[in-house]
Amino acid sequence: MKPKVAFFSFTSCEGCQLMFLNLEDELLNLLGAVEIVKFREAMKEVTSDEYDVAFIEGSITTHSDIERIKSIREKTKILVAFGACATIGGINAIKNFQPLEDVRKYVYGERWDFYDTVPTMQVDQVVKVDAAIHGCPVSKKEMLEVITSLLLGKTPNIPDYPVCVECKLAENVCVFDKGMMCLGPVTRAGCGALCPSYGNKCIGCRGLITDPNTNAQKDLLEEKGLSVAEVLKEFRMFDGLSEVSK
Amino acid sequence: MTDLNVNVHHLTRVEGHGNIVVNSKNGEIIDARLEIVESPRFFEAMLKGRRWQEVQLITSRICGICAVGHTCTSLQSTEMALGISLSEQAHLLRKCIFFAEQLQSHILHTYFLTAPDFVGAPSVIPLATAAPEVVKRALRLKKLANTICETIAGRHVHPIALVPGGFSRYPSVKELKALKETILSYSDDIDETVKLFATFKVPEYYRETEFVSLKNPSEYAFYEGDIYSSDTKKGVKNLDYKTLIKEKMVDHSTSKHCTATRDSYIAGALARFNNNYDQLHPRAKKAAEALKIKPVSYNTFMFSHAQVVETVHCFEEAVAYIDRILEMDYDVNEQPAEPTRMSGRGVGACEVPRGLLIHDYTYENGFIKDANLIIPTGMNLANMDADIRELAPKIIKEPHDKIELLMEMLIRAYDPCISCSCHLLKVEFV
Repeated sequence: MKPKVAFFSFTSCEGCQLMFLNLEDELLNLLGAVEIVKFREAMKEVTSDEYDVAFIEGSITTHSDIERIKSIREKTKILVAFGACATIGGINAIKNFQPLEDVRKYVYGERWDFYDTVPTMQVDQVVKVDAAIHGCPVSKKEMLEVITSLLLGKTPNIPDYPVCVECKLAENVCVFDKGMMCLGPVTRAGCGALCPSYGNKCIGCRGLITDPNTNAQKDLLEEKGLSVAEVLKEFRMFDGLSEVSK
Repeated sequence: MTDLNVNVHHLTRVEGHGNIVVNSKNGEIIDARLEIVESPRFFEAMLKGRRWQEVQLITSRICGICAVGHTCTSLQSTEMALGISLSEQAHLLRKCIFFAEQLQSHILHTYFLTAPDFVGAPSVIPLATAAPEVVKRALRLKKLANTICETIAGRHVHPIALVPGGFSRYPSVKELKALKETILSYSDDIDETVKLFATFKVPEYYRETEFVSLKNPSEYAFYEGDIYSSDTKKGVKNLDYKTLIKEKMVDHSTSKHCTATRDSYIAGALARFNNNYDQLHPRAKKAAEALKIKPVSYNTFMFSHAQVVETVHCFEEAVAYIDRILEMDYDVNEQPAEPTRMSGRGVGACEVPRGLLIHDYTYENGFIKDANLIIPTGMNLANMDADIRELAPKIIKEPHDKIELLMEMLIRAYDPCISCSCHLLKVEFV
């Protein structure tokens, strides 16, 4: 029997689900290998209420989100945090740095208390997460690696070295040499250093490598007159829930 | 007569979360509305205190489907506020990537989200087996749109090379030439798309309303123009948008509702088609004829047909814009233009796939002090409620399943993007 796969979205832009639909070359073959039983953004039919794999896009930001994710966890064998909002909170965590009452009043004025919100949480702060697909948005390559691994029952190969490694391989001019701050030295690779390759800086959307203080390219930073701490401060845009952003 | 309780909870095949609620008692509709239950996202508050170079990185994340549109509108606002002028090549390339996003979004909405309703399928998934050629064509066209975005800005969700003042990397002349050839090779798929949608029977419906869109004397407006109302027959400048558009809170929605000169208006492909039909590419006008859509169309169900017309237009214009860039003195190493001041107010206004999008920022010393965002789906919400109230009594004697389907089709027609506007959809018959 084909594994039953479901997609759920929480607080997010739904861009990672779009990235799944963007697997134009592989989509029809994937639909042959798995049975998609729930995908509200693309399907009306719900063919099962139990899942082998549930992909969770988005952060947990309301009381009803908390109840809903717990209920999904009870119905699925494997739960995958799908994209930065789910794995590390992503940009949704920016609001946590201001008093929530101020945030609600600023956007909704006098009616602020009508809109429920709790401090943004990544999915594993509420329920057990079995696998993560990183990035804002997720990369097609890594999405396929995780999906194929789950189908084959093997551990997906996710890098735990910094973006700098991939950036060097791409033969890019170092972003620091262009006078910009870059999160490449402490951010998990796997994106192929796409942002630096398009003339921009790494914004840390894939989260920190396991031990940034020992693994970060300290020599490189020293050469540029920067400390690991200074680079980590920039992490509040996508990785506001991590210890280093506090 | 049985009382009707329709409650479509978490409407499917739309972006975000909404419920359609229709209640009747003794044959009278007592309640008909679209509830927006998406979690609020607080983007305006998240932008406060952000530095001018990183604002578009955050606003792009408002919506995965309109990531290019949000990025460009955001950049327009920052550039106006800080006195940054774009070079001609940056300006042309921004407009070009806009065509690609319309193409991507319209293909997704017409083929994947609305077409299943016209052929009686619950989703595109059974169609993959029943009509594989159609699904493969949709995927090819979607991929084409992604290829254009990748060449110009690195990717579609979320674009990388679009930065204040221009581009952090320009595509090479070789890449642009190859892109043009690739686009042209999909011309037959565009014709087949028009033919397919011309076979669909659109429900009869009429409700006179107001249409708001950008209007530009020199082109079918997407990237820039005045904010125009079909009621006043006049346009206002970006900075004066509040003189036309008013926002308000309602109890049944976490997304603000908007009004212009009356209780509700339509934004999006149908508004643009009605307001700017004359400026469509001749091939798009031919497509409109084949699709039997004429301005002014007051049939909300015709949204997807207007999108198909725009798909044809954007396909042709993308090629024309690449030609313009190739013919000019193009500098692949051009650096982004710099700000000429660090404080001020700017308003970006663009036509993104779902309609008019407004980003209003006030900067102080390079950091955002105040931000207001008005999202197309928010603009359409009041009109969706008005359409539900208009349609419900007319179909009240139909079987429950049919009422539910027509209500869903009505709301889906708008191509609502709920997570953007909360900031949308499910039919609740309660």
